[in-house]
Amino acid sequence: MVNLGFDIGDLHFKNPVITASGTFGYGSEFDDFINVSDLGGIILKGTTIEPREGNPYPRMVETASGMLNSVGLQNKGIDYFEKIIYDKVKEYDTRVIININGNTIDDYVALAERVNRLEKIPAIELNISCPNVKMGGMVFGTNPDSARDVIRAVRAIYSKKLIVKLSPNVTNIVDFARISEEEGADAVSLINTLLGMAVDTRSMKPALSTITGGLSGPAIKPVALRMVWQVAKAVSVPVIGIGGIMNASDALEFILAGASAIQVGTASFIDPQISIKILEGIEKYLVSKGFLDIKEIIGYINRL
Amino acid sequence: MAKRIESLKIIENRPLKKDYFILDLAGNGKIPEMKPGQFVEIKIDGSPDTFLRRPISIHDVNYGQNFFSLLIQIVGRGTETLSKIKRGETLNLIYPLGNSFSLPPKGSAVLLIGGGCGIAPLLFLGKYLKSNNFTPDVLLGFKNSERVIQLDDYRQIGKVFLTTEDGSQGEKGFVTEHSMLEATRYDNIYCCGPMPMLKEVAKYCRERNINCEVSLENLMACGIGACLCCVVDTVKGHLCTCTDGPVFNISDLKW
Repeated sequence: MVNLGFDIGDLHFKNPVITASGTFGYGSEFDDFINVSDLGGIILKGTTIEPREGNPYPRMVETASGMLNSVGLQNKGIDYFEKIIYDKVKEYDTRVIININGNTIDDYVALAERVNRLEKIPAIELNISCPNVKMGGMVFGTNPDSARDVIRAVRAIYSKKLIVKLSPNVTNIVDFARISEEEGADAVSLINTLLGMAVDTRSMKPALSTITGGLSGPAIKPVALRMVWQVAKAVSVPVIGIGGIMNASDALEFILAGASAIQVGTASFIDPQISIKILEGIEKYLVSKGFLDIKEIIGYINRL
Repeated sequence: MAKRIESLKIIENRPLKKDYFILDLAGNGKIPEMKPGQFVEIKIDGSPDTFLRRPISIHDVNYGQNFFSLLIQIVGRGTETLSKIKRGETLNLIYPLGNSFSLPPKGSAVLLIGGGCGIAPLLFLGKYLKSNNFTPDVLLGFKNSERVIQLDDYRQIGKVFLTTEDGSQGEKGFVTEHSMLEATRYDNIYCCGPMPMLKEVAKYCRERNINCEVSLENLMACGIGACLCCVVDTVKGHLCTCTDGPVFNISDLKW
């Protein structure tokens, strides 16, 4: 039996495979395909104070080895979440984490206070890296002072585990990881999508209604991996690797580079069972290499 | 009705005129119940520069012989790769997805309108309507005679009317310009095709207070309501084409 668990402080996860926010709905979309409770955790879609309709259609375009989206945090707001969604997601026997977003620091604080009261939500993923909203989102995650302010404000009132989701659209992502750690984040997750765009030559218009959008999928994996490696060396809190993970081998690259856990995102759109297949693949790899605990290979490449 | 993810065997790849083809897929065990208007998401292997699954309408279902058919048009690299699949090979599908067309009230006069590859879901729908004692008329529009396909299949459902944009077969013009629309008053119209056509048909129906359902083909990634990419603007806000649709009543749509 291989130990696949990892911990954020005193919060234990039974395995390192987590589904990424905005790619897994509220879990129930996948109930026909997998047992969601087999996962290490699920990160629910980005939630805001007020309901949001998101950006106009078209807000997705396929690109080489990936896709651009500009969904823009469509969600029904925290009231709806508490009244309707929470009762369903709390039945999952996995770590259920909510991704929160705001236009202002007050929004983030208000959301964190609300979530603090929800017993079955042991952690927040603080989204300061959404590239598809005009206010908030990446605005916080690309300015060191704003990032510090919002993390500090949330940390002051939120007592459970705080994960900060970092933007790759910065000069040096390590600075933002360090700020997160200094301000009391319990973990960092990276990367959110890379800002990109596409033009439809047939219509001679931008492919997305918002012109720019966030690039995800295997196209961004090498960039994500490099950033995870840099950050893992620079901070002592757990790093959760995200970016174009399509199979167990991709996931293992992130873990070998220093990630304690990984998030599966866009891959779930193509194969709704992929998260479980990745989990099985990681276990098989550890067995074949003769390791008894996944912790033995976290950051393995840095020991050479 | 549970969604499935399965690898299904191709019984036949039937090339039609121009860039159209039909794939017949055998059930992996017994095929699930499918409803007219529903679709499948196909994983396209061996197409290095495409990435996402392709959503394709269910064209016809044969429960007796345990297979179903997809009518596909080559529009890009994904569908081109798909067109080359051979009998005996397998395709990975997530299905059946989406809602379905609703049955009209008893005794309604029904018209099905399809344009180009948008005719695909109307065969399944037409057969379903026929088995429920409706006698739908069918109005199909194509670019030109070279692209007119499947007329004999649609004649099994009811009377078929035809337009081509250049007049090379049937009446000249768009479907909404066909003279048959002046001759008969329909209670229910079901429509699938390119967006400009859907909008014209919706306008026609609104002006005459005809109940109308359209099937949309918005760009989508997941097909199961997780990515929220395929939304359409409705009176209830942004709804997913993949789970709240693809069939919408025009009274709910904002366009």
